[in-house]
Amino acid sequence: MKPGIFAIHPAMGALRLLPGLLPRLVLILFLTLGVNGCRENRTTAVESDTDTAVAYGDTIIMGTIGDATNLLAPLASDASSSAIIGHVYNGLIRYDKDMRLVGDLAESWDVSADGREITFHLRRGVTWHDGEPFTAADVMFTYRLMIDPKTPTAYADRYKQVEHASTPDPYTFKVRYAEPLAPALVSWAMGICPAHLLAGEDITTSALARSPIGTGPFRFVKWEPGERIVLERNEDYFGGAPYIKRIVYSIVPDTTTMFLELQSGGLDYMGLTPLQYARQTDTPAFSRRFNKFRYPAFVYTYLGYNLRKPMFQDKRVRQAISYAIDKQEIVDGVLLGLGQPATGPYKPGSWPYNPDVQRYLYAPDKARALLDAAGWKSSGTDKIRQKEGQKLAFTIVTNQGNDQRIKAGEIIQRRLQEVGIEVKLRVIEWASFLKEFIQPGNFDATILGWTIPVDPDGYNIWHSSKTGAQELNFIAYCNPEVDRLLEQGRRVLDIEQRKPIYYKLQQILAEDVPYTFLYVPDALPVVARRFHGIKEAPAGIMYNFEKWYVPQSQQKYER
Amino acid sequence: MLIHIIKKLAQMVPLLVGITLISFVVIHLAPGEPTDLQTEMNPEASTELKERLRTEYGLDKPLLVQYGTWVKRLVQLDFGRSFSQDRRPVWDKIIERLPITLLINLLSMGLIILTAVPLGIAAAVKRDSWFDRITTLLVFAGFAAPSFWLALLLMDWLGVYLGVVPVSGVKSFGYEYLSRVEQVLDVAHHLILPVFISAIGGVAGFSRYMRSNMLEVIRQDYILTARAKGLSERVVIGKHALRNALLPLITILGLAVPGLIGGSVIFESIFAIPGMGKLFYDGVMMRDYPLIMGILVIGAVMTLAGNMLADVGYALADPRIRRR
Repeated sequence: MKPGIFAIHPAMGALRLLPGLLPRLVLILFLTLGVNGCRENRTTAVESDTDTAVAYGDTIIMGTIGDATNLLAPLASDASSSAIIGHVYNGLIRYDKDMRLVGDLAESWDVSADGREITFHLRRGVTWHDGEPFTAADVMFTYRLMIDPKTPTAYADRYKQVEHASTPDPYTFKVRYAEPLAPALVSWAMGICPAHLLAGEDITTSALARSPIGTGPFRFVKWEPGERIVLERNEDYFGGAPYIKRIVYSIVPDTTTMFLELQSGGLDYMGLTPLQYARQTDTPAFSRRFNKFRYPAFVYTYLGYNLRKPMFQDKRVRQAISYAIDKQEIVDGVLLGLGQPATGPYKPGSWPYNPDVQRYLYAPDKARALLDAAGWKSSGTDKIRQKEGQKLAFTIVTNQGNDQRIKAGEIIQRRLQEVGIEVKLRVIEWASFLKEFIQPGNFDATILGWTIPVDPDGYNIWHSSKTGAQELNFIAYCNPEVDRLLEQGRRVLDIEQRKPIYYKLQQILAEDVPYTFLYVPDALPVVARRFHGIKEAPAGIMYNFEKWYVPQSQQKYER
Repeated sequence: MLIHIIKKLAQMVPLLVGITLISFVVIHLAPGEPTDLQTEMNPEASTELKERLRTEYGLDKPLLVQYGTWVKRLVQLDFGRSFSQDRRPVWDKIIERLPITLLINLLSMGLIILTAVPLGIAAAVKRDSWFDRITTLLVFAGFAAPSFWLALLLMDWLGVYLGVVPVSGVKSFGYEYLSRVEQVLDVAHHLILPVFISAIGGVAGFSRYMRSNMLEVIRQDYILTARAKGLSERVVIGKHALRNALLPLITILGLAVPGLIGGSVIFESIFAIPGMGKLFYDGVMMRDYPLIMGILVIGAVMTLAGNMLADVGYALADPRIRRR
């Protein structure tokens, strides 16, 4: 997979629905009454699975819930824009199917012995979509753009750590860091911008934001705002021209409509909701026309405690709550079983994931014992526990627009009541939620989600220096050992050496429970059956999109 | 008459200032700023970016100064640039979405008038007949049914099961390869469901309104006079009663003018129509102040213009008002 940048947006939860990294797909409308622009091969389009020979051609129509906003890699941070950018641009490096870094525009790279200097050896003979050659000057330009104070990018920080950047020759790019920085390498997966088109331009008003020119496997064709974005294959792509001729991203803001559109044949790809996956697609008619996929998404949902509140400062209370919540019940109830309980901030099965941590399986008796030990006792007739005249009661806040979080909150509310904790649930519109509750630390507990970054560095979320008003450690978690591990983890580049550090980090988080990790949902994409060559891997299914193809006899769109 | 119009126009200016000032203050009072949403909860975003964006957008200045800047630009007909990530001129964003919203609203308004007026008159004339009762029942059912639910049922039935109309959107993929005539047919084909759904609630309300107007007029003395003169029932109803019963329609149409540029978010989301409702809703959610203000100003101007058209229309149609 090849996202232009790694937008790490829990905000997706608010306005869009779910996972961050994978593009969301679907919709377009086709047409029926004989009025049909791209003539369909109606007679042959149906699925004889016998012909599987690789062939060029056909169009894939993918649905997306939201329109893209900006197609310049440094300025985009939403999922829809990132998906398009991933097809149009290349980074120096990218992730392969196993989420390992491999060369992209860089053929290879060396890291110096002290880990401070990275030398990228760029591919020769690569051209931009307008025919100009790609060189190290473009990389240098992109780097300068990222650190330019006038560029309103959210991603400047990592590039500012660069002490010195140079281009010894047109096909070599060198960066030196003040200190070794593990997430630094990943930052070069961001889309490289064309210097010859952007130099001297005001990037915020550049025409390229609406009609990008990159080096990627697909070139931009047109954007009809609010309706669709069309891309066509780049015949000169250095990785070999993709088989599929055209991608159409169609914007359908409603998932129910998207599903109807899919069934009517107007869409070839969409991300299903758990309900659609489990209850509405198990018919022979559906499986004759579509292939469903299922794998863990790169997101997790958690219950976070505001550690400034005296009630939550006692670790035993947090542990007790974790025992009182039945995570499997939430997975079954909210995701219809299409997900798994989370145990920490990493994706199960990925390299930093530590499977051997305290899991807090549902055990209400342990919860009661822990609460008793912490001094919260229920007296006589009142079921709600008290300590020094104060009730054990708190409010969980979450954002509007994400039903899964709200349902999870309701289940938690009932389970905690059973062990004598009174919980109120408040749902607030996203902007107000951030401004009035999260930023000023004005909440008891919150249900939110994070996208799981590919690099395990969680410095901004867990480090005690990141508890300021605008910062991401908004629960004010502070543990000197965690701080030390985080600092150490980002300074080591070797995976085998980093592993024990992040294993240990997960153990401490499981013991401390600053969050109760709730669940990792599954991504549930569905693709029209005529598309072949799709291979599910840890990275999902989109990583080898250029290799998807439709056998000649099954192609649907001639033009 | 002319003086009447000029007076009205002059009154609109302070009204417009008042409307924009209040809206400007209110949207800025809502918690959250555009910069929060672009930088917040993103582990890679730096806090400097937020400060920089605030300065760039002028959000660090006092509210009234911001309003002054905005008004200064507005009088030059410049709506400013959107605060969202695309930073496009607000006017461009509005103008690309306006046509489809106008088209759907005009079509549905036309459909409403064409069906509701005869329906209402017939129900009034045949008051308490079976026809009246059945239309009353249907009309209330139409009024009560949630339109999103009706829309989804029809999409599933007509779009997926029968496959006779497109499920969503306004144009086919491959639209640009079609001939002019085919393009018009294609859009019309896509609009059948949306226009029907958006008209259904209006037909219900409007036909009831028409019926009660008509009933009231029929009770008037001059109708009695007309009948006493021995005019045929057809002339009594079609000429004397109908013209009077249609008068209130002018007010309603005037009030509906600002509605022409509005769209419902739910409706547009369900049909995947890139219209004004979704644009405005997303603008509010992102706290995109210039965009919100741009749409509000257009809405305010159209409301005032609609009121004025209604006034003038009334004066033209009704001598009693003209004389005052």
